[in-house]
Amino acid sequence: MRYLPLSDNDRASMLERVGVKSVDEIFSDIPEKARIEGLLDLPRRSGEMAVERDLSRLSAKNVSASSVPFFVGAGAYKHHVPATVDHLIQRSEFLTSYTPYQPEITQGTLQYLFEFQTQVAELTGMDVANASMYDGSTGTAEAVLMAHRVTRRKKAVLSGGLHPQYRAVVEGLSDMANDEVVSLPADPNGTEDILARIDKETSCVVVQSPSFYGQLIDLKPIAEKAHENGALLIAVFTEVVSLGLIEPPGAQGADIVVGEGQSIGNPLTFGGPYVGLFATKQKYIRQMPGRLCGETVDAEGKRGFVLTLSTREQHIRRDKATSNICTNSGLCCLAFTIHMTLLGGKGLSQLARINHTNAVKLKKALSAVPGVEVINKAFFNEFTVKLPKPAAEVTEALVARGVLGGVPVSRLEPGKKDLENLLVVASTEVNTDEDRAEFAKALKEVLA
Amino acid sequence: MSMNTQGRPTSAGDAGEAAHKTFTGNKGLAMEEPLIFEIGHQNITGVDLDEPEDFEAELGGHARQERIDLPALTEPEAMRHYVRLSTKNYAIDSGLYPLGSCTMKHNPRLNEKAARMPGFADIHPLQPLSTVSGAVDLMDELSHWLMTMTGMSAVALSPKAGAHGELCGMMAIKAAHRANGRDPKVVLVPESAHGTNPATAALLGYKVVAVKARDDGTVDTDEVKAKIAENEGNVAGIMLTNPNTCGIFERDIIEIAEAIHAADAYFYCDGANFNAIVGKAKPGDLGVDAMHINLHKTFSTPHGGGGPGSGPVVLSDRLAPYAPLPFLRKGKDGVELVETTEGVAEGEMPFGRMTAFHGQMGMFVRALAYMKSHGSDGLKQASEDAVLNANYVRVGLEDLMSLPFGSRWCMHEVLFDDSFLKDTGVSTLDFAKAMIDEGYHPMTMYFPLVVHGAMLIEPTESESRASLDLFVATLRDLVMSAKKGETERFSGAPYLAPRRRLDETQAARKPVLKWERPSATEVQPAAAQ
Repeated sequence: MRYLPLSDNDRASMLERVGVKSVDEIFSDIPEKARIEGLLDLPRRSGEMAVERDLSRLSAKNVSASSVPFFVGAGAYKHHVPATVDHLIQRSEFLTSYTPYQPEITQGTLQYLFEFQTQVAELTGMDVANASMYDGSTGTAEAVLMAHRVTRRKKAVLSGGLHPQYRAVVEGLSDMANDEVVSLPADPNGTEDILARIDKETSCVVVQSPSFYGQLIDLKPIAEKAHENGALLIAVFTEVVSLGLIEPPGAQGADIVVGEGQSIGNPLTFGGPYVGLFATKQKYIRQMPGRLCGETVDAEGKRGFVLTLSTREQHIRRDKATSNICTNSGLCCLAFTIHMTLLGGKGLSQLARINHTNAVKLKKALSAVPGVEVINKAFFNEFTVKLPKPAAEVTEALVARGVLGGVPVSRLEPGKKDLENLLVVASTEVNTDEDRAEFAKALKEVLA
Repeated sequence: MSMNTQGRPTSAGDAGEAAHKTFTGNKGLAMEEPLIFEIGHQNITGVDLDEPEDFEAELGGHARQERIDLPALTEPEAMRHYVRLSTKNYAIDSGLYPLGSCTMKHNPRLNEKAARMPGFADIHPLQPLSTVSGAVDLMDELSHWLMTMTGMSAVALSPKAGAHGELCGMMAIKAAHRANGRDPKVVLVPESAHGTNPATAALLGYKVVAVKARDDGTVDTDEVKAKIAENEGNVAGIMLTNPNTCGIFERDIIEIAEAIHAADAYFYCDGANFNAIVGKAKPGDLGVDAMHINLHKTFSTPHGGGGPGSGPVVLSDRLAPYAPLPFLRKGKDGVELVETTEGVAEGEMPFGRMTAFHGQMGMFVRALAYMKSHGSDGLKQASEDAVLNANYVRVGLEDLMSLPFGSRWCMHEVLFDDSFLKDTGVSTLDFAKAMIDEGYHPMTMYFPLVVHGAMLIEPTESESRASLDLFVATLRDLVMSAKKGETERFSGAPYLAPRRRLDETQAARKPVLKWERPSATEVQPAAAQ
């Protein structure tokens, strides 16, 4: 077996050294009736070529985003990632290193985490960011738990513009932890009156902007009302590129900002692994979940970095920890931070302008299709259209025409008649004018 | 200090470091590297993007007011920056990484190649299911392998890492109790457990009741029964790691499971140490109701400097109905992915959803590539080699270091305590840091908490005999040195790493968690950086 360096001779002499006749003796603590005789009922080993062929066959059954006009968003976005990023994250010293618990020999990881935290804090307009969460959705649930700790209240108010699966994650965890959740109905138009739902029991208000439907939400009045009532505003985003063009949540009074960082540096990969971004105000750092990297000096006075404030974490505090999280998204942070370093603030703004321009062009192209109504007045790179028939049927018909044309809202919010005809579409820098023309043409045929 | 055969000094210290101070602070190939904020440029970008010609904003007054204060590096500068940073890291690919409980095994590059195939890396979680049948098939195939290896009847693939898997398993247990009209409040957790276990139980509002270990490091069945009796009718379950964190197989596990089941409670197994028993025993045959599997441990997906992981949870018949969304269902037209409660059939009672989308697909591909490469025969051999390697290290060191539970077989990891360092003036931490100078990553230290000054060594099956021999010889040399009173070798260690020991107290007392632009008076001339 190519991954196992021991030869049969090694094994025999090592068993002798250990003082057993066979390796099974060492396993004798396993109750006899539970020992596996022979082999598991699974295929035998395979060479590299055979495994590669096998997996290629499965891969080929899928339609990749790059192979067709592609307009699918709703929480994960197709962007171009510079080749440098994927090369660097495959450096052995990054790829095959563990969590940097021995800082003297993991300054590489620690320094990029420090750079990552600085970038995320600046992008979100917050004081501090952690070294990442699993993804945007689980980060949102952690943000709600953190708000409960800070306010010592247990009621979260969720906007109807929050990604339905993010909402489901928060609702599920809150239900199990016996916390209260008030979820507003789906809000495609971005016109809900969330202010009316904030009261003295409210721990936090969770608002996504751009919303699941692509609506841009003014967070300032929500922050004001929340603060008047002693509650926190948790601002959520699923498209981090939007921060290149949109007023950051920190400048609008958010207390915790949490979002999905996949768009920068990370491929779609069918939904994971992604990277959750998590930022807050200085005064709340000791209530934050997840790992934090901080600056310090070594015994010779040289600058270095370490994981810090770990007294918040499970490996020290056990059942008193701020979260049970241990693993983060290390390598996805690295991809994010490398891509962000290549872009810089200037490049991100430019990328955001290209995205917005492409979405504006898509809006024009789709608006010209008879029966299609764009419901957003303002948006970033994604918006919602109302179709004359169920959107799920339309996307399937588009597949037959070689176009992946958005996400039917009913995929995530099934059984709701008023949402059945809504389609969420995104256009990023990867789309060309030809792609958009093809989408509009195919949509016209499908609706004809 | 010892001299090598050429008579040249073996350490920089002997060479008279002071005499070799460099202008740059670099030491040959060991380069100092500033932060990107200190070397980057504000008005450039390292990505060539065309400014859109016809930009017209439809942002409804939400446009960003201030420019983003982040510098950029051009591509060659970025390449050099991150390559230099990488050289400051220890990694499996550079040396033995004996972190107990972390399973730092070889990460095959075939896995990386497969995960980057366009049909896996470049597909969207919400594109029409008709366009991703290969991805769904892959998830189904992975599920089949996981269920066959564990002898369990269902699997929730979506949890993002081990602790997230624990949360998933415990939520399934809570959902099952609720469905039975019960609301027990107590979860039993052995003292040797990973910190994530009590943290997870507490997150769901459970009271954590600790279970003491016996003198041999295993869970005391009578103690479990006593705790069940003390909390009669109020025990939701037990969270137990097997093999446990002392590297010992819990030989009474079936009896413990029976006691738990008799109390209408469930058995959660922390599967962090599954690498020891793949192909040797199935958790399903041991009475386990739920167990997470760290794909980034047992199935070789890279640790990546702390993540991403992946923590699928296998479930027994009793818990299978409560598996969270999304889940796979075998239908007449093949496998389907059930994503919402609308799609749920009779008998399916998902407790909710752990994450947006479907889980760590990139890790599923890697893990399946690993499993297919090994096959049933290779998986069993890997477990046996992992266990043999750990025992080989044990017998190589047990006369010099101290085994807290006596000379007995261990599984895939061997636990020493620090009593062998008593009266040497060398602390456990010093000992570990001295390993760094010898070119090794230290073992897991101060965990598990049940023994004093724990040192937990897990060599994994990826090490050759020669590699283990050198490791053992190195540790023997260090122990002898400590016993001879050569404290200097330890107290200031590491001497030869990219950094000397770092001041963690200062970091925590006055946290500096991001780079701040120095004020004008503090700005140093560029050459000083």
